[in-house]
Amino acid sequence: MATVEQHKVIDSRGSFCPGPITDLFKAYRSSQLGDVIELLATDPAAKADVTAWVQKSGNELVDIIDEQGYIRIVVKITKKRS
Amino acid sequence: MAQVTQLRTEAKAEQTERLLIILSKGTMDMVYPALMIANTAATMGKEVHMFFTFWGLNAVNKKTVGSMKVSPVGNPGMPMPNILGMIPGMTAMATRMMNGKMKKAKVATIPEMFKMAKDLGVKLHACSTTMEVMGTPKETLIDEVDDVVGAATMISLGEGGQIIFI
Repeated sequence: MATVEQHKVIDSRGSFCPGPITDLFKAYRSSQLGDVIELLATDPAAKADVTAWVQKSGNELVDIIDEQGYIRIVVKITKKRS
Repeated sequence: MAQVTQLRTEAKAEQTERLLIILSKGTMDMVYPALMIANTAATMGKEVHMFFTFWGLNAVNKKTVGSMKVSPVGNPGMPMPNILGMIPGMTAMATRMMNGKMKKAKVATIPEMFKMAKDLGVKLHACSTTMEVMGTPKETLIDEVDDVVGAATMISLGEGGQIIFI
């Protein structure tokens, strides 16, 4: 059973708490183990919030990249809730 | 600042898996935070319960859920003297302003947030005493409400978990 790992980009720019987390969670629900989700956000709380979500849900925070006017948060799905 | 938040989350991560939010107020500025916290907690894998009592019951009433208001009276946070808030039309104005700002920040409406809550598995409980006192039959509650319960059920739902009273 070979599945191709997906790389999704979710654009939550302009949306504030809890928007980015909700968007991330929606992507997480439709994802498979090994998938990578890239979240774009302008909400200043997104960094801390996604970090907290990742810790709580047991997934992996790959990177947080500061771009011009927004941040790119890369999350790898390493745990799916049953 | 982010660092502190992170450490606290780490320390707490292992403990509580359940969250109970008791909502006793029926204004937009009380209902929104309750729903935001509930929905976010649910995405973090918590079992979330919301208990609607007193004016909080208006939040799950079909007639009022879509028209929650912000009151400038008795609200020192509003950028106007309290006495002005009593002028007719001020509540409507404050509500309109808040709705506009919420839309700009791409925050979902309260009915949309209830749908989302349901989708995320949040359980909604209505207080039986309030329903009796306010003359609110079960049929007037939004479909998302799971059941009608009393204080004892609420206490047992909150046992061993986090409780937030609004």
